[in-house]
Amino acid sequence: MKSCRTFVRSFRDAFRSVIRNFSLSLASITCIAITLIIIAAALLMSDNVKNFTDEIEKDVTVVAFLDSDVTNEKRDNFEMFLKKNSNVELFDYKSKADVKEDMQKENETFSSILAEWDDANNPLKDTYTIKVHDVKKIGNTAKDIEKQDGVNSVQYGEGLVEKLVGVFDAIEKITFCAAIALIIVTVFLIINTIKLTIFSRKREIGIMRLVGASNSRIKLPFVIEGIILGMIGSIIPILIVVLGYTTMYDYFGGILFSPVIKLITPMPFVVNTSIIILLIGMIVGMLGSSRAVRRYIKV
Amino acid sequence: MKNVYKTYPNGVGAIFNLNLSIDRGDFVFIIGGSGSGKSTLIKMLYREEKPSRGEIILGGVNVGKLRNSKVYKLRRLIGVVFQDYKLLPKLTVYENVAFALEVTGVDSKEIRKRVIDVLTKVGLKHKAKEYPDKLSGGEQQRVAIARAVVNRPKILICDEPTGNLDSKISMEIMDILEKINKDFGTTVLMVTHDIDIVKQMKKRVLLLKEGRLEKDYKKGSFVDEKL
Repeated sequence: MKSCRTFVRSFRDAFRSVIRNFSLSLASITCIAITLIIIAAALLMSDNVKNFTDEIEKDVTVVAFLDSDVTNEKRDNFEMFLKKNSNVELFDYKSKADVKEDMQKENETFSSILAEWDDANNPLKDTYTIKVHDVKKIGNTAKDIEKQDGVNSVQYGEGLVEKLVGVFDAIEKITFCAAIALIIVTVFLIINTIKLTIFSRKREIGIMRLVGASNSRIKLPFVIEGIILGMIGSIIPILIVVLGYTTMYDYFGGILFSPVIKLITPMPFVVNTSIIILLIGMIVGMLGSSRAVRRYIKV
Repeated sequence: MKNVYKTYPNGVGAIFNLNLSIDRGDFVFIIGGSGSGKSTLIKMLYREEKPSRGEIILGGVNVGKLRNSKVYKLRRLIGVVFQDYKLLPKLTVYENVAFALEVTGVDSKEIRKRVIDVLTKVGLKHKAKEYPDKLSGGEQQRVAIARAVVNRPKILICDEPTGNLDSKISMEIMDILEKINKDFGTTVLMVTHDIDIVKQMKKRVLLLKEGRLEKDYKKGSFVDEKL
């Protein structure tokens, strides 16, 4: 009952303090809002880059062509091998008849020429389209596949894929590091602003101690106040994320510069990002104020 | 208080071998010139400073051995009044007084009753909703006294409470302090350099000089002393 009362009173004190120290609160809220906007932009960018590279990597497959005279037994063995291989995500088998059919569908000229081939003289090969888990290891996986009995040749866009993966990897790492660095810098900025506003209330904390407030009773309202400031400060960044990103997505029609670069669809992406922004605001506000108060509470 | 010494970290000694005993319900003045150690003495009583040696027992609590995180328990047994009032500027008179009770976890109904009681006692019930900066010095000091005694402390420590007030207002404050001493049986320790007040009140007087207890005047025996 007593601790419940303390909690309720701390909440009331926190709200009262936000309102009565309005100019200081406004300073903290503005700082939090501006920095959270930067973090939001970094998050939106880094997530989109990651999504874009992931999408492209998903399209990379290995195609294995089997020997023309491959036996069913060899094919079964090959499938067993694919199932056991840890880097193979899934594979799709097409007999040469299916391949022929596909090609016929693509083009009418093809269709008439290919129609002349029956199963016996079809020069095409049975194929496996193989999707891998880790595109970085695609080269080795392709080599392993090629070594298998009954495999005639393997194609996966050698050279180009490796280069692409390397570039994407670097871009992903750079944007991620930039986002993290921004978050760290801004977190310090917010913590320091809140610290400054609390330092100006050093006397207040001293008086609280004097009338017999325990350390936790002094700290709690400040911590709650920090969380409130963080929450209020994240309102504008969240609006920018939700409205800004959705508008941008609609304006560009979901693609950026070229159809290859697809933007992440706004829902539920903006909601998730907003939640992250809100959490960062609250946690940072809390950390800032509790660290600042701790300096004035003699432990 | 037994064999108490206090030396500050910079090596300056403030209190030397102080032995003192104050009975429950007493009203005691502590006087002395600048640097006589009276402020240090009082700071040790409410545990803003720790004695370097010796033992201080206050209302059954060994002050010197109290950990920082437990100081609040001592502060709830005592009330402290300062020359500069130390009121929370963003809280109203009522809220300032109520705060001392809130931190101890008293329920709201009881707080309301006790705060109004004590504000009536110091004659400031009608200013309950004002903020401290709207009050005169004497009124602010009365709020500070109300806050200090609303907990019904066993001991009230006053550090030059009349230092910023003129003699008429000072005597009003002294009347309130005496009333608290008599009505609640609260022990009052008051540091002052206002010899006129000390002479008029006719209480026990401790004279400190260079960190030592120079004289201990029994109740009513203090005549005059040049500080």
